Amino acid sequence: MWRKIGYFLLLTVAALMPVIVLVLLPAWGILIGAALLIAWLALTRTGRQAWSATAVAVTTIPQRLGSSSVVIIGIAGVVGVLVALLAMAEGFRATLQQTGSDDTAIVLRAGSQTEINSVVDHESIVVASQKPQVMRDAHSRPIASPEIVVAATIPKKSNGVDANVEIRGVGDEAFELYSRLKIISGRSFRPGLRELIVGKDAVREFAHTRIGSTLDLNRQPWTVVGVFDSGDSHNSELWADTAVVATTYQRGSSVSSLTVRLTSPHAFDAFKAAITSDPQLKLQVQTTHDYFNAQSEGLSKIIRVLGTTVAVIMGIGALFGALNTMYAAVATRSREIATLRAIGFRGVPVVVSVLIETLLLAIGGGAVGAGIAWLLFNNYTASTLGANFSQVVFEFRVTPALVANGFKWALAIGFLGGLFPAVRAARMPVTDGLREL
Amino acid sequence: MSPLVEIRNLSKVYTRGRQKIEVLHHVNLDIGKGDFLALMGPSGSGKTTLLNLIGGLDSPTEGTIAVAERRIDKLGQSELARWRSSNVGFVFQFYNLLPMLSASRNVELPLLLTKLPAAKRRSHAAVALELVGLADRAPHKPGELSGGQQQRVAIARAIVSDPTLLVCDEPTGDLDRQSAVEVLTLLQRLNREHGKTIVMVTHDPKAAEYASHTLHLDKGTLVEAGAEAQAAAS
Amino acid sequence: MKYLHLVWSALFRRKTRTLFTLLSVLAAFLLFGLLNSVRQAFANAGQSVAGASRMITISKVSFMVNLPLSLEMRLQAVPGVAEVTYANWFGGIYQDPKNFFANEAVAPNFFDVYSELKLPPAQMAAWQATRTGAVVGASLAAKFHWKIGDQIPLQATIFPQKGGVNTWTFNLVGIYHIANPRERQQENALFFHWKYFDEAAAFGGGVAGWYVEKIAQPKDADRIAQAIDAISANSDHETKTQSEDSFQASFVSQFADIGLIVGGIMGAVFFTLVLLTGNTMAQAVRERIPELAILKTIGFSNRSVLALVLAEAVLLLALGGAAGLGLADVAVSLIRARLGAIPMLPVGLESWLQGVGLMAVIGLLVGALPARRGMRLRIVDALAGR
Repeated sequence: MWRKIGYFLLLTVAALMPVIVLVLLPAWGILIGAALLIAWLALTRTGRQAWSATAVAVTTIPQRLGSSSVVIIGIAGVVGVLVALLAMAEGFRATLQQTGSDDTAIVLRAGSQTEINSVVDHESIVVASQKPQVMRDAHSRPIASPEIVVAATIPKKSNGVDANVEIRGVGDEAFELYSRLKIISGRSFRPGLRELIVGKDAVREFAHTRIGSTLDLNRQPWTVVGVFDSGDSHNSELWADTAVVATTYQRGSSVSSLTVRLTSPHAFDAFKAAITSDPQLKLQVQTTHDYFNAQSEGLSKIIRVLGTTVAVIMGIGALFGALNTMYAAVATRSREIATLRAIGFRGVPVVVSVLIETLLLAIGGGAVGAGIAWLLFNNYTASTLGANFSQVVFEFRVTPALVANGFKWALAIGFLGGLFPAVRAARMPVTDGLREL
Repeated sequence: MSPLVEIRNLSKVYTRGRQKIEVLHHVNLDIGKGDFLALMGPSGSGKTTLLNLIGGLDSPTEGTIAVAERRIDKLGQSELARWRSSNVGFVFQFYNLLPMLSASRNVELPLLLTKLPAAKRRSHAAVALELVGLADRAPHKPGELSGGQQQRVAIARAIVSDPTLLVCDEPTGDLDRQSAVEVLTLLQRLNREHGKTIVMVTHDPKAAEYASHTLHLDKGTLVEAGAEAQAAAS
Repeated sequence: MKYLHLVWSALFRRKTRTLFTLLSVLAAFLLFGLLNSVRQAFANAGQSVAGASRMITISKVSFMVNLPLSLEMRLQAVPGVAEVTYANWFGGIYQDPKNFFANEAVAPNFFDVYSELKLPPAQMAAWQATRTGAVVGASLAAKFHWKIGDQIPLQATIFPQKGGVNTWTFNLVGIYHIANPRERQQENALFFHWKYFDEAAAFGGGVAGWYVEKIAQPKDADRIAQAIDAISANSDHETKTQSEDSFQASFVSQFADIGLIVGGIMGAVFFTLVLLTGNTMAQAVRERIPELAILKTIGFSNRSVLALVLAEAVLLLALGGAAGLGLADVAVSLIRARLGAIPMLPVGLESWLQGVGLMAVIGLLVGALPARRGMRLRIVDALAGR
């Protein structure tokens, strides 16, 4: 009995090594491996034997459709769920990552984590805007936007439940600074008036945001006059003139943050030094790229951990399903396998043929799973609470990298599920199998 | 004394696709209580079909069967099942024991259909195993028993609920000479010492010798042969 | 039941195959237990037995806008309101942003309204008497190894002290416990005096963040909510009042539709499980047709054969499912013990009941077709090997 256990453990370790290699290899590495395998099948004698054994096996799959579908569906489930969850994480991360760049910087009060917690007084804004690293426009004005971030309670269109929506008051230079931003419908707000422009994701998600609607902000009526597209997470926000927002929310002359365009990305270090070394300013500064990127980290990580955990447990379930199926397949074909070996096929071709069969089924499962995830979830819109305690709208993104990852999982499960039955097939005493005849 | 089994004008027709195959033609047969009847015939003669009908596993196309004065030819499936559980014990060529139950559990199976408590079931099973000489093998699974032993366990199972009739289909067909003799001797003992009525299908003339008389079937009709024929040929 | 042995032995006829199938079932129900515990934690976020008789009043504009102190007396006067307290969000950080926990400046009667936060009378007295005193939950104190008498520094992220100092130092004078293990995550909080905040903060004082009202009769909640909001209607501080439960629920729903996500995943999991076990059962029954035929010859009715196969399927699901849920129970306990403030509730009665229901339904589903096949087999054909 100890020999049996020892043998089993050895086989498990041997099985895990290729799986680890598979996990660590990038996608193109796997394709190269596949190409090498095909070359081996075509060119070497053992390989050709393996190929004929596989060809015979594959033709019998339609007869064993019921049990083959167990492998396919089981793995499809794992890959589908994994890809869907990772697409959620990726979509959220991408939306925030697109926001911000290396040549713009955001200035907050020292110690604040986010704009909603930050209060910066007027003096500091002026001093910071005047630093030489801040680019100036055609009229020699610093391209700097003092911004106030508040949240308003607006019902969601989908279920009528109240949601926190971000209102951002922006400075006069905002449209120079956020050069990617375009007004896609209506017009921009006029400074000094209670007018709002709404990001295109916000229009889709929240009620009362169409052009012409009136919103009640702190008991004052505001009108929506346009829709904008900034290509990033600002699309979930409502923008207005900072000065008017300050009045409505009784902020006096303080704001939440200052966003500036730098003369060049390389100017950031100097800018940061200038800000932090000034004893009168109690400020901290980051590139907007770093600032927004950091916001997505926490949630993305949580979703990725969740997705991976679920996939591992589902994978174990699928693995045992695959083992059952392939052991049964080997048993059903024991006569056929015994005949092959009686003819002269050695152990390796038999093992390889069972493995290839399982891997083909696994690839099928991966395709089905990734395909369903893509069909159902690619560009699926969702929203969650962002760093400023207001809604950030994002879309699930099923990227090629994710799909490749899914296929890796499929291959790993297929490999493990096929290896043990394959070895059993090769070690089965030939006479036992022939006696079935 | 009226016969235990009374068969009149029995016919069985099978439909395979479009073809109708008449397996039994108007068979008339009486089997007395305490008889040990052997049914012989070439393959395809309908002997297994006749046995299945006597045992209530199937229903005839035409004709009547009465066992212990109860007509079974028109009974529905669930009524037949109920009738079988207390009236027939079966012994098959390939033993057909449940491989994952011990010998004593296998023998107990028919008793699960009764209201007997567990202790009583076990003791009845023990008695039956004792009768077939396998009391010491009670806890063993069929995989641990020889062919002959498995067949004897099957016989114990067949008699444990004290059925009216024992029906055997080629009981020695898969056994070596020695085991066959053991099994046939046991059947004979059950018949002679315990008065069990037995109908046995066999293709082995030596096996038929253990019976009290033999009937031949050919192409679905009875042909008389052997001593003291009670069968009326048609 | 006397047939249990028969069903059990049928199940374990092919030990390896049954074992593998059991492990697949186990995996599915392990996931079910884990995900359900997360879902329940979000569904019950912050809800407690005492929470049913509490209401939260916030600014109608947004929960981040403050309310005037003058409201306190007017709220107390509303019929049905037993007691009123208020709190302000402080948002300080202990050493590292990753060590996040809730910290609030609260009115002196806070613990009367939040009566499930149990503080020994001596510690309560000490807190009332100490201007810079802080009270923390037992889990939080354990996590950071704080003892009564420790000085706890918090870095302000929003409210620096007058004079620009960013560090606020509190004296730990009390540690509270929560009796109900399902509400233990409420112990991850720190409370200090609103008065101290009002005096020492550079700005943000003089107002209440939100009000909490203890009401005498939970069924009066709607009426009281309307009465409270009517007080501030058309003023510059309009309010929105709702029960504490719905307040928490709407917060969670903004985060994500956890129920939908969990439901979607479990749907996929159980779908694949049905296929997998269905296939195993079909195979198993196919192999056992001759044995089922024997049972019928012995006299087992068609219906009992049907019942035997269904029982086998349900037993398969029950064994694997119970093992999976049991494992989930152990796993959740371990995770909660090691990670403390994590949104997972212990696997409780509700999950078990749901799980058992699922096992029964899936078992019946999976066993239906094979059982029908077994029921309908023709004895004569089966015995002849057709």
